[in-house]
Amino acid sequence: MNLRRLLAMAYKETLQIRRDPRSLAIALIMPLIQMGLLGYGVSLDIRQVPTCVYDQENSQLSRGIVSSLDAGGWLSVREVLHSEAGVREAMDRARCIATVVIPTHFSRTLASTGSADIQAIFDATDVNTTNIAMGYIQGVIAQVDVQIHARWAAAHGQPISLLGQVELRPSTWFNETLDSRNFIIPGVVAVILALVGAQLTSLTISREWERGTMEQLISTPVTALEVMLGKLTPYFVIGMVDAAICLCVAVFWFDVPFRGDLATLLAATALFSLVILGIGYLISVRVRSQLGASQIALLVTMMPTTLLSGYTFPIDQMPAPIRMLTLIVYPRYFVTILRGIFLKGSGVAELWQPLLGLGIFAVLIIWLAARAFHKRLD
Amino acid sequence: MNATVGAAVIAQGLTKRFGAFTAVDHLDLSIARGEVMGFIGPNGAGKSTTIRMFCGLIRPSAGRATVAGFDVGSQSQAVREHIGYMSQKFSLYGDLTVRENLRFFAGIYRVPQHELPERILYALTMAGLKDQEDSLVFTLAGGWKQRLALGCAIMHRPPVLFLDEPTSGVEPAARRVFWDLIHELASGGVTILVSTHYMEEAEYCHRIALIDRGKLVALGGPGELRTHGLGGELVEVTCTPLGTAIKALVGAPGVVDAAIFADKLHVVLAAGGLDVDTLPAFLTQHGVQAGLVREVPPSLEDVFVRMVSRGQDARSSA
Repeated sequence: MNLRRLLAMAYKETLQIRRDPRSLAIALIMPLIQMGLLGYGVSLDIRQVPTCVYDQENSQLSRGIVSSLDAGGWLSVREVLHSEAGVREAMDRARCIATVVIPTHFSRTLASTGSADIQAIFDATDVNTTNIAMGYIQGVIAQVDVQIHARWAAAHGQPISLLGQVELRPSTWFNETLDSRNFIIPGVVAVILALVGAQLTSLTISREWERGTMEQLISTPVTALEVMLGKLTPYFVIGMVDAAICLCVAVFWFDVPFRGDLATLLAATALFSLVILGIGYLISVRVRSQLGASQIALLVTMMPTTLLSGYTFPIDQMPAPIRMLTLIVYPRYFVTILRGIFLKGSGVAELWQPLLGLGIFAVLIIWLAARAFHKRLD
Repeated sequence: MNATVGAAVIAQGLTKRFGAFTAVDHLDLSIARGEVMGFIGPNGAGKSTTIRMFCGLIRPSAGRATVAGFDVGSQSQAVREHIGYMSQKFSLYGDLTVRENLRFFAGIYRVPQHELPERILYALTMAGLKDQEDSLVFTLAGGWKQRLALGCAIMHRPPVLFLDEPTSGVEPAARRVFWDLIHELASGGVTILVSTHYMEEAEYCHRIALIDRGKLVALGGPGELRTHGLGGELVEVTCTPLGTAIKALVGAPGVVDAAIFADKLHVVLAAGGLDVDTLPAFLTQHGVQAGLVREVPPSLEDVFVRMVSRGQDARSSA
């Protein structure tokens, strides 16, 4: 290994990146676009669920229920309907996800028997949203129920029953506002690094083959290891800069809490970058066309990062075989580390397992990459 | 250095097979220090494959070769330190400037820092690119690109230089300049193996190795090959009809070869058969109207075409 040759290689690669608009765009603009897209676009929270009301009674009580539905911000009462045909049309045209129907003799039935029904109709094409909307509506009705019960008891001079008064007071840790953005954004760092790192490096060797510069390069004394390290150095720097950009945007723009220490984050990011760059380089050595290399890189890095890392789909919820599979999906470790550092303020003591996992992957991939390239044509 | 004193490049039984196809077939060759060896042969003759084996880029299937005293198989790293190589396809970085390319190869070849300005200036001057050093390489014309590639290949003053068709696609005037550079380097003691398919360029070489289908067919200086390569005297015959004349001549005593050359015949005559004086009468006998018959000096092209076709005849009759 010779430092002079390594630096010559790294300098040449840097010049080429600087002059290639495509590489520059991937390196600098892509992280911002992705951050904006994923930060604003991907939200697992459902607020202001469009809701319609068919209030057949139109009494003081029923109007009170309608305003309760609208009050919390979780549901948004868009329309008050006046016929069953109106309900059907509103649901057919997807103007609302839920329609609450209050029957004609609601107040009277309630007064005479002590109980009355309210109907809620749901558009269940999106099961997840429907479940959430159902939860919201049940919550509102339960609250209304308690109020009615209290009033009824007071009016009849009876002691307020404790039944139905027990209220659950959940305490959420680490993400107090239950904001899914706080859950998503730390993982976005992994997605962006995977995308940028592998895309850029997957082209680095295939480009030399396609442009015919490889034959000249391998006729020189430069060693395979110097080629690899020289080529990966500038991309490693880009990766770390991109990670820093993402971190700043996450903390200062999206107000994601950052509770851990920077050193652990830096170490984990460096390890993950090495894995990603190593994979990109391996692909580049094996696939000699730039297009093919870029496609495969996308498949090998983005797929596991978005689908199997726990970034969007919780690993606990996956079927057992898939859950086992995630153990060999390297982004899983990084996403775990990122969330731990961002939201829980975890350090090396808590995160040593995923850090070790990532470290093993980094060593393995770089070792494979170093052995992959041969300075021969046959 | 190696046992063969003075030889910078030695090949012994050098062979390369790609599956069933033999690209280079037991090649023996020895190039002396400071010699310009021309490598001539039709496309697919095995020129590039041989050069790549000398550079350590592909492994020989059999036989061995040493370059600057190092074995191309087992000491390929040492070989790479001592050679300059220009591949057939232009292979500098088009998105780097002239100076950046030179600096890159200087770094890769570890040219000492204190020599760097002088080496770069030399390369720029040699390539005639002094006022274009900050131009991106892809904007340069062919001749300049080739000279820059040569400049990069000799950045580290290698004792041996392999140039694979360096002048292909370059305009004639620029080719001439390139050959002057080659001779300048050779006079400084650099050993050069240069392949070309321009026959007139063969004349500029000290010696020529003609290869065809992976085999060495002829080896010698240009004059030597011209005199002895045909196996007889070359005679130009003006006559009609050409077809009848060829039929009559093939197999006639003393006739080594007869071929149509533009609107005339080129006939190779060995001693002891027909000659310039008896040829017109022979043709007339066979119903051919013979005009001017004269001896002409053979070009290297005549010699090479003759030798390559002789090889093909031998194969087709075998």
